[in-house]
Formats: sequence, C-alpha cells, structure tokens
Amino acid sequence: MPDVGTPILQAPTAEGAKDQHMVLNMGPQHPSTHGVLRLVLEIDGEIVVRLYPEVGYLHTGIEKTCESKFYQQVVPLTDRVDYLGPMANNLCYCLAVEKLLALEIPERAVWIRVLLTELTRINSHLIWLGTHAMDIGALTVFLYTFREREEILRIFEAVSGQRMMTSYFRIGGLAMEPPLDLFDRIQKFINTLPEKIDEYSNLLTGNPIFRNRLLGVGILTPEDAIALAVTGPTLRGSGVDFDLRRDMPYSGYEKFQFRVPVSNRCDCWGRYEVRLEEMRESIKIIQQALDGMPGGPVKADAPKIILPDREKMKTQMEALIHHFKIVTEGFNVPAGEVFQTIESGHGTMGYYVVSDGTAKPYRVHMRYPGFASLQALETMCQGRMLADVVAVIGSIDIVLGEIDR
Amino acid sequence: MAEAPLDTIAGKQAVLEKMPDHPAVKAVAAWKAESVVDALYDRGELSITVAPENIVEAVAAMKDAGFNAYEDMTSVDWLPSEPRFQLTYHILSHAFKQRIRIKAWVSGDSPAIESITSVFPGANFYEREVFDLFGIRFEGHPNLRRIMMPEEWVGHPLRKDYPVEGYR
Repeated sequence: MPDVGTPILQAPTAEGAKDQHMVLNMGPQHPSTHGVLRLVLEIDGEIVVRLYPEVGYLHTGIEKTCESKFYQQVVPLTDRVDYLGPMANNLCYCLAVEKLLALEIPERAVWIRVLLTELTRINSHLIWLGTHAMDIGALTVFLYTFREREEILRIFEAVSGQRMMTSYFRIGGLAMEPPLDLFDRIQKFINTLPEKIDEYSNLLTGNPIFRNRLLGVGILTPEDAIALAVTGPTLRGSGVDFDLRRDMPYSGYEKFQFRVPVSNRCDCWGRYEVRLEEMRESIKIIQQALDGMPGGPVKADAPKIILPDREKMKTQMEALIHHFKIVTEGFNVPAGEVFQTIESGHGTMGYYVVSDGTAKPYRVHMRYPGFASLQALETMCQGRMLADVVAVIGSIDIVLGEIDR
Repeated sequence: MAEAPLDTIAGKQAVLEKMPDHPAVKAVAAWKAESVVDALYDRGELSITVAPENIVEAVAAMKDAGFNAYEDMTSVDWLPSEPRFQLTYHILSHAFKQRIRIKAWVSGDSPAIESITSVFPGANFYEREVFDLFGIRFEGHPNLRRIMMPEEWVGHPLRKDYPVEGYR
C-alpha cells in the first residue's frame, strides 16, 4: 500500500537518523513548483527520505462562492480553477448542469466544443512541455512552445474576446456564433503544428541531458497509480490504458477516431512520450471536427435558460422578458445530483453539482486531477536525488489553481 | 422547464429488481443487500446509500467487485435537516467503464465516519479536505489535519452556517 506522506514538522523521525538527516523546505515561492506549492523534505545527504506536500496557499474558496451565484454566473468562475485549460473547465461544468436540466445541445455547438477543448489540451500540453523542459535546464523549448501557444490564445481571443479566461461555453450551447474566419485560422494553425511538434521532439528526445534527467526517474507502478487516484497522462504513462474520451464518451467524442497513447515505462520519460503523442492525436480530432463541422444554431432552443441574441432582445417583447428574468432571477434547475467527468489536459476533471430545485447550485464540488497526482509525489521521489524532485513535479503537470481551488 | 429524465428508478427494491445486470448492483446483492439503506438510478448514474458504520465494508465490497479506481469524495451540508451531512464517494471501474456513487449520512453534532484510506489510499487528501472544510472527523485516517485553511483557523468554511461575507 503506497504511503501518501506523513507530516514532517520538526525533527527527522527515521530510525537512527537524528544527526544525519536534514529537513528542507522547498517553496511556496520556488520557480519549479509551477505556482505556490510547498514541499517539506527530509533528506539524507542528497537522497530524499520523505516528502510531504503542503498545499492551500492559493485556496480561494471557489466552491463556496459558487453556492451564492446563479447557475449561469458560475461559468466564469470555472475558468479560474485550471487557468491553463479554460475551455475544459467550462465544458465540464456546462455538461453537468445540462445533465441536470436534461437539455439537448445542437450538433454544431457540440462539435465546436470538441474543437476548442482539443485546442485547449494542446495549449495545456505546450505550457507543460515548455516549463518542464525549462525546469530540466533546456531553456530554448520554452520560447518555441510559447510561440505556438500565442497563436492558440489569439484564436481564443477571436472566439470569446478573452485570451485566457474565455467563458465561451454556456449552459445550453455557446455564447455566440464564432467569427467567420475562425475555422480557416485553426486549419492554418494545425497544418503547421505537426512539424512544430517534431521540432520540439528534435530538441528534446535525443538530448542526452534531457534523457538522463527523465529516464528511470519518478517510477510510479500502475498499481500505485490507480491506488493513489492518479489519472490522465500520468496514469497512461504508467501503462494503464484508460481515457474517458474513448471509454466513457461525453460531448460527442464517440464520433471521433483517435488513438490513446500509452507508455509502459512508468517514469517521467513515459509521461513525456504520452503527452507529446497526445498533442498529435488532438490535431487529428481537430482535423475531423473541422472537416465534418455541421451547420445550424449554436444555442439550444430553450428561451428560459439561454440568453436571447442581442438583436432579438432589442426588438421582441418576449425576448426582452426572458432576458430580464434570466439576468435577475436565473432559472430553476430540477433537484438532483450529477457527477460529470471529462478528460482534461491533466486528467480526470469532474464536477459534482447538487441542485435543490432553486436557481443557485446547492453545492458544486470540483474534482481536479492535480490534487490526486500530488498524493503520488512521495511514492515517486522516495530514494531519489533531490534534483529529481523538480523533474517529477514537472512530469505530473500540476496547476496550483486546480489543487487549492 | 425541462423535466427530469423518465428513466429514473427510485428505491432500493426497484433498483435491485430492475437492474440485476449492473455490476455494482450485483456486487451489492452479493455483499449484503439488507445493509443498503436506499438506492437510486437517476440521469444515468447509480447511487447507493449505506449506513455510515458500514462504509468501509461497502467500499471494500465494491473494490472486490471490480470498482478499482477511487475517483472523488466530498460532502454536502443539508442544514437544518438531520442527519446533516451527506458524504458522497465516487468509484470508477476501468473494466466495466461504469461509475458508482456511494452515499452515507452522518449526524450534525460531532460528525464522524470511518476513513476509507485503508481500502483506497488515494482518499487521503480528499478526506483531509472534507475534514478541513466541513469538520467531519475520519476515524483511522493516518494524518487528519487541515489542508486548505491555516492550522489555526476557526470554523469550517463549506458549512452552510458559515457566512460568505462579513465577519464570522
């Protein structure tokens, strides 16, 4: 049974180690912790004996805030949780509420959602790759990945008016029809992306320093990974072939053909391989979505839930009434509870929404992959060098916004 | 307003009779059907309510039945009703590609339940979070300390009687 870490508060507790072991504090302001993660380590020379993550430095009480907002007002809050994958947060929350409402979403909205969620995954993986390589010491890759990420952010800006906090998906569809040149832009972007990924791979895969820092480091066996609730690319890097997009499809993913990359290496290198391959698979999904993009509306036909178009609101009495009602009173959601999960860039993201029949959610619980992955940190680092901790933190791809919420 | 979907199956007896092929229902029937308090199949999700003293047994039975991957646990505060706290566990099966929700209710004064970390070590942080934000104690948890709030914090923020703004 893997250990999740015991608190290291003062003196080292290992047997007969009183004089040799040292307690080291790492973070919360440490560049390689990707935010405000604090680790307390007990080290024997340079070998990690125990490691204990202290989280909560970014706790904002988002779950509590959700309880005092209308259902539609929660959407912008979800962006701020995993701030590197905004569309995935929106999607998961909207799907959960739509499940509560039993609302059917038009085909075009579903496809655009898949398209943008996959772009979000590429965005998230690009940031991971750049910062992970930078932690290891390969600074160049960071500049390259951020060049491509910039184009994704520009696409997001064209769609929603915002680069990072998009809030583009709404309960019942999308905020508005995307701009006319959007699909051409995305097509142009993904035409060049495969060779860019080859470029990163050329910089890193054969690089002896990068290889030696990752190969055989941070071993996580499949049994430990499942026991510690690890999900996503970290789980697949440990040889467990499970992807929610394929195995429990949501939001129309059953219509797309893609491969789920798995690596049996169980180390940081395995996770690197899986994520790099996942970006290529996302490109395939985006290509299929662009080729088969259906026409039609992007909002469901539910005037009491979805805000009317601006023009209609100004000219039609009913639309004006609906708009006024939704903005001032919200809409009631039938009582019940749902747990909706999606495969985000980091792993299984889940929204547990409980409704008591009123216009405000009674409880919104967010299950984010980083929180669980952090539990596996000690198992991966024990008995390794202190410098490997940095490589392992990079390889599990955490965002502190989603851990502390 | 949209109606709740029609394929809702409410009640323990109805679920046991109408869904005998569902792997989780089979597991429940094989474990001991009489300790299930309630069951509900709603919006494609199966929930099983058990008595709080049976929670570890129930979770272990599910694990033996193939629900191998612990996913999530949290609590809901139903103030002022009694029992006040609803604990919700979500467990996934990689083999069946199904998820099950196990619920248990604990009382409002000095709420406590047994920890499931002996079955699923991955529940460690989640139980600490519920302890921190709801004040529910988990008996047998290896390290039951606050995780989000500072150690010296007074009160449990996600309880319904904890104000969203102003002073406590």
